[in-house]
Amino acid sequence: MSNERELTMAKAIAEAISQEMERDQHVFVMGEDVGVYGGIFGATQGLLSKFGPERIMDTPISETAFIGAATGAAAEGMRPIVELMFVDFFGVCMDQIYNHLAKNTYMSGGNLHLPVVLTTAIGGGYGDAAQHSQCLYSVFAHTPGLKIVVPSTAYDAKGLMIEAIRDDNPVMYFFHKGLMGLGWMRYPERSVNVVPERSYTIPFGKADVKRPGTDITIVCLAMMVHCALDAAEKLSKEGIEAEVIDLRTLVPLDREAVIASIKKTHKLLVVDEDYLGFGLSGEIAAIAADEAFEYLDAPVKRLAVPNVPIPYSQPLEQFVIPSVEAIAEAARSLAR
Amino acid sequence: MPFQKKEFPDKFAALSKEDKVGLLRTMVRIRAFESRVEELFLNRRIPGFVHLYIGEEAIASGVMANLSKNDWITSTHRGHGHAIAKGAQIHRMMAELFGKTTGYCKGKGGSMHIADFSVGMLGANGVVGGGYNIAVGAGMSSMIKKTDQVAVCFFGDGASNRGTFHEAMNIASVWKLPVIFVNENNQWASTTPTSFATSVARIADRAKGYGMEGYTVDGNNVIEVYNAAAALVEAARKGKGPALLECLTYRIKGHYVGDPEKYRTKEEVQKHFTENDPIIRYADWMKGKGLIDDAALATMKAEAEKEVADGEKFAEDSPLPEKEDAYNDLFSFSPSEFPEVVK
Repeated sequence: MSNERELTMAKAIAEAISQEMERDQHVFVMGEDVGVYGGIFGATQGLLSKFGPERIMDTPISETAFIGAATGAAAEGMRPIVELMFVDFFGVCMDQIYNHLAKNTYMSGGNLHLPVVLTTAIGGGYGDAAQHSQCLYSVFAHTPGLKIVVPSTAYDAKGLMIEAIRDDNPVMYFFHKGLMGLGWMRYPERSVNVVPERSYTIPFGKADVKRPGTDITIVCLAMMVHCALDAAEKLSKEGIEAEVIDLRTLVPLDREAVIASIKKTHKLLVVDEDYLGFGLSGEIAAIAADEAFEYLDAPVKRLAVPNVPIPYSQPLEQFVIPSVEAIAEAARSLAR
Repeated sequence: MPFQKKEFPDKFAALSKEDKVGLLRTMVRIRAFESRVEELFLNRRIPGFVHLYIGEEAIASGVMANLSKNDWITSTHRGHGHAIAKGAQIHRMMAELFGKTTGYCKGKGGSMHIADFSVGMLGANGVVGGGYNIAVGAGMSSMIKKTDQVAVCFFGDGASNRGTFHEAMNIASVWKLPVIFVNENNQWASTTPTSFATSVARIADRAKGYGMEGYTVDGNNVIEVYNAAAALVEAARKGKGPALLECLTYRIKGHYVGDPEKYRTKEEVQKHFTENDPIIRYADWMKGKGLIDDAALATMKAEAEKEVADGEKFAEDSPLPEKEDAYNDLFSFSPSEFPEVVK
C-alpha cells in the first residue's frame, strides 16, 4: 500500500533531499527562505525540523555570496544544494555560476570536483510579469560545464534530484512553479504521481516517452510536457497520434531518443516555454537537420515564447506562452 | 530598537496647515489603495504577486513631500506607496494591476513594475536591490547637466545585503552624486528577520564604510522622516553629495498577499499595528494641535476610498490589450516595421 502513494513534485523533491541528507553528512542546503518557510515553492518543506539550522541554512539576500560559497564548500568536499529563488534573479549572481561554478573543474584540468546542486524556480502563466516568469534553462545549457535538469512529474523529480546530489559535477535543477503542486497555483493532475518511498535514481541524458505515437513527434519538457499531452489527447480524437518526448535533462541531451522518434514519425514539433531565439528549440531542430534530415517529411516546426519579455496582462501572457490549443494547431498543420 | 537620534532642523514646523494635512492625506490615500488591492487580490481579480506597503506610509509621505516632480525616485517590489506619494494617479495604477491598456505600462508591467516617468517615478522593481544604480545614474544626469535635481532610492533591509548596495554607495560617494538612499527597515526580509540576516544593528552604520553620512529615524513618525529628508535632500541639492537615511518601520502584512506568515506570530503583528500605526500616530498628534478633527479625518478617508473606487471602476471599464500587443514596445521603434526582430 505504502509504495502506491502519490506525491506532489515539491514533496518529492523535499523527500529526495531528505533521504540524501540522511545518507551523506556532507549534503546541506542554503538559500533564501529555505528554512522556516520551507522554500517559497516548497522544495525544502519539513527539512529544517529534521536537520536543524546548521544543515538547512536561511541566507541573507546575497546570492553572489551563497552561490559563490557553494562552489568553495564543494571544492572542499561538501555537497551543497543552493536555491536561487527565481531563475529570473540569475543576473545578480551570474559571474559565480557562469565563470566559476561552471568552469573551475575544466580550468583546473579536471583536478577539482564541484558537486553542487543549484535549484531554481521557473515558468509563468500566473501573471507575475517579466522578472518572475521566465524559464531560461537554455542560457545555462549554453555555457559548458553545467548539467541541466528539468523534471515534469513528481516521480521524475525525485529520481533526478537524487541523481543530481550524487553527481560530482555542478547540476542546475529547474523546477516549474506550476508543477510543484502548490495550494495557490493550478497544476496538472498528471504532475502528481506515484513516488516510491525508497531511494532511486534516474540517469541523466535519458529522455522519457511520455506518450507513444506514430504520426508526429513532440519534443518538450517541464510544463510543456503536460500541455503537449493534453494536445495529444485532442489530436488522437482527430486521428493524429502524437509521440510526446520529455527530455528531462538538457545537458546531457538524449539525442538518440529524438532521432529514433523522428525515424518513426517523420515529423517534428518542438515546444518550449523558453524564448524562441537561440535556444532549445533551435538546438533540437539543428540535431534533426544534422542527424535525421533524410527521415523528415516536413520542415521542423518550433513553438516557443516569441522573443519578447513575459507580459503581465493575462491575454498577452496567455498569447506568448504556448497553449494546448496552439500546440494542437501546430501539430495539425504539420501532420496534414 | 534604540538608536542615536540626530536632531534635524525642524523644517516641518514651517509648513502650512495645508501641507501638514497633505502629509496625512498621502498616507491615507496609500492605505486606502493598498487595502482595496489586498481585497482584490484575495478575490482573484489581480494575478501574480502583490506586496503591500501598509504600515510604512509615513516614509513615502515624509520623503516625497521634500521632492518636486523633477526629482526622481527608484522603488521596490513594495512600491505602490512610493508611486502614489510621488504623484502617480491611482486610477492608472489600478488599471495596470488589472492588466488594462490604460495602465501606466499598458498592462505589460503589473504590480512590481509600475512606473510613471512623468512624475519622476523611475519604476518599481521585481529584483531586490535592482534600483540603487538606476538612482545613481539619475544622479549622474543631474550632475552632468548641472541641474539641482535629486534622486531618492528606496530599498529594504534585505536589499542592503545585496552586492549592488556596495557598488552604488561607493560610486555615489566617490562622485558626490545627489542621491539619497532611503532604507525602509521593516524588520523582515521576506521570511527572515533583519537581525538574522544583517551584520549590523543599524543599517545607517554602513554609511561610514562609504564615507557618507548615515542616520536612523523613526520611520513611523512622519514628522521625523520629513525633517531628516528635508535636511539631506537640501544638502544633496547643494552638491554636498549622497546620504543614507534608515527609517525604522514594521511590515504589517505578509511578504506578499497570501503569505501564510508561519515565521512570526499574529500577536507580534497586531502589537505593532495597534501601537505604532503611522496614520493613527500622526492623526492623533494633529488632533492634539487642533489641525484636524474626527469629522475632517473621516471625510479624508471617505474621499480616499472614493478615489480608489473610482480608479477601480476606470480600470474595470478599460479595455484589455489585444494579444498582438505582446509584440510591441520591445524596442523604441515600431516592431511592425521590423517584424523579423521579434517573430
